[in-house]
Amino acid sequence: MCALCGVLGGRGHWTESAAAPEAFASRAEAHTRARERQQRTRLVNRVLGHYGLRLGDWSAGSHVLRGRTGRTALVNNLSEMWAAADDLARRDCDPLDPDLLRHLAGR
Amino acid sequence: MILGAYSEQTPINIITGFLGSGKTTLLKGLLAAPDLSDTAVLINEFGAVGLDHELVQNVTESILLLDNGCLCCAIRGDLQGALRDLLSQRQAGEVPFFRRVVIETTGLADPAPIAYTLLAEPVLQHHFRLGGIITTVDAVNGANQLQRFPESVKQVAVADRLIVTKTDLAAPGQLANLHASLRRLNKSAPVLKIGDGDIQPPTLLTDDMYDTAGRSREIEHWLRAAPGDDALMHDHADQIHSFALTYDTALDWTAFGIWMTMLLHRHGDNVLRIKGLLNVAGVPTPVLINGVQHIVHPPSHLPAWPSENRQSRIIFIVRDMDEERIKTSLAAFNQIANPNAMPGQAA
Repeated sequence: MCALCGVLGGRGHWTESAAAPEAFASRAEAHTRARERQQRTRLVNRVLGHYGLRLGDWSAGSHVLRGRTGRTALVNNLSEMWAAADDLARRDCDPLDPDLLRHLAGR
Repeated sequence: MILGAYSEQTPINIITGFLGSGKTTLLKGLLAAPDLSDTAVLINEFGAVGLDHELVQNVTESILLLDNGCLCCAIRGDLQGALRDLLSQRQAGEVPFFRRVVIETTGLADPAPIAYTLLAEPVLQHHFRLGGIITTVDAVNGANQLQRFPESVKQVAVADRLIVTKTDLAAPGQLANLHASLRRLNKSAPVLKIGDGDIQPPTLLTDDMYDTAGRSREIEHWLRAAPGDDALMHDHADQIHSFALTYDTALDWTAFGIWMTMLLHRHGDNVLRIKGLLNVAGVPTPVLINGVQHIVHPPSHLPAWPSENRQSRIIFIVRDMDEERIKTSLAAFNQIANPNAMPGQAA
């Protein structure tokens, strides 16, 4: 909380369009946080599948990341999620990894 | 106070540059401009003499001196405290009202932790935002310092403006060599020379990607860093280089966020700076992104596209990373959201 002005919480994560509403104000299509959250979960699971991980809803503010062995971690945003993913997958998740890119391409 | 738009928060400009490169001389000149009189200054003194502070103290009354040497991660608590104090004093009317803050770092400082402090600190993030990073480079010694000191390379790589100082003392060949080195390390920052009339005090501190009036001019600087002139962009042993990716297909914001957070998690130490003008699917106006190492600031926007060109353009300044692999990776991530897009449409 901001001790000077009493605002609770911080600005949202930069990947969430609610963190910068002015940047996305011109968006024509109806947009909701819930829809954005669903889309984020769907897409990130395409990536996480390569590592045997899956992200699911936990509450409005966080997600639960599950590994193959049942280990879980609660994460609040994508930046936190990648650190947890390394831990649960026991490997470095790297977007430049050619094997990952082949997985995303369905090859 | 309601959490306001990022663009409405007080900007913090960082003036950095290697030892003896003329940071304080530049600052003194800027603060003499009437338009910049409402500027608060934080000076990070280095060494026992504190000469920099003595030079500047008569220019403005709102100077706070940080005591602990270098403004790196180890002492950013001091910066946090100094900015909180400044904020309290402004709200209480104990200091003249200021519209911007300038932090002058030491000659050995890494500017990145300052950007991190502004975004991560729970009080500061409501009141301050990053403005521009201005780096001074000595025309005579700058090229040698870039070869010898990684601190100097980092300061150049993360800059929004590069100010070449002491140009009257340099031979023409020295200036040309230095200019080439600066372009290799950072192709998006304008290179301005003190003494050539290049320095326009008000816009130097006010133009940045979040300033409503100045952001269009700022984007013009980025767009001049056109792709296609990347030959010989690799520099010496540090292998820091810059390149611009263009992307024909509209980017899915969600996929882009997944990709960028993953890239910065794995390679953030080597991604020194990212600036981008993005064509985001479903958003008619361009979205601007701004990152310093692991830290990405909230996106901004332009009210309209600056030209008919609707390509996304992203400038990377990286260490030991391959441009083609980054380009291919972004294309692959974008395709999972846009299965009909052709892979590899990054030009």
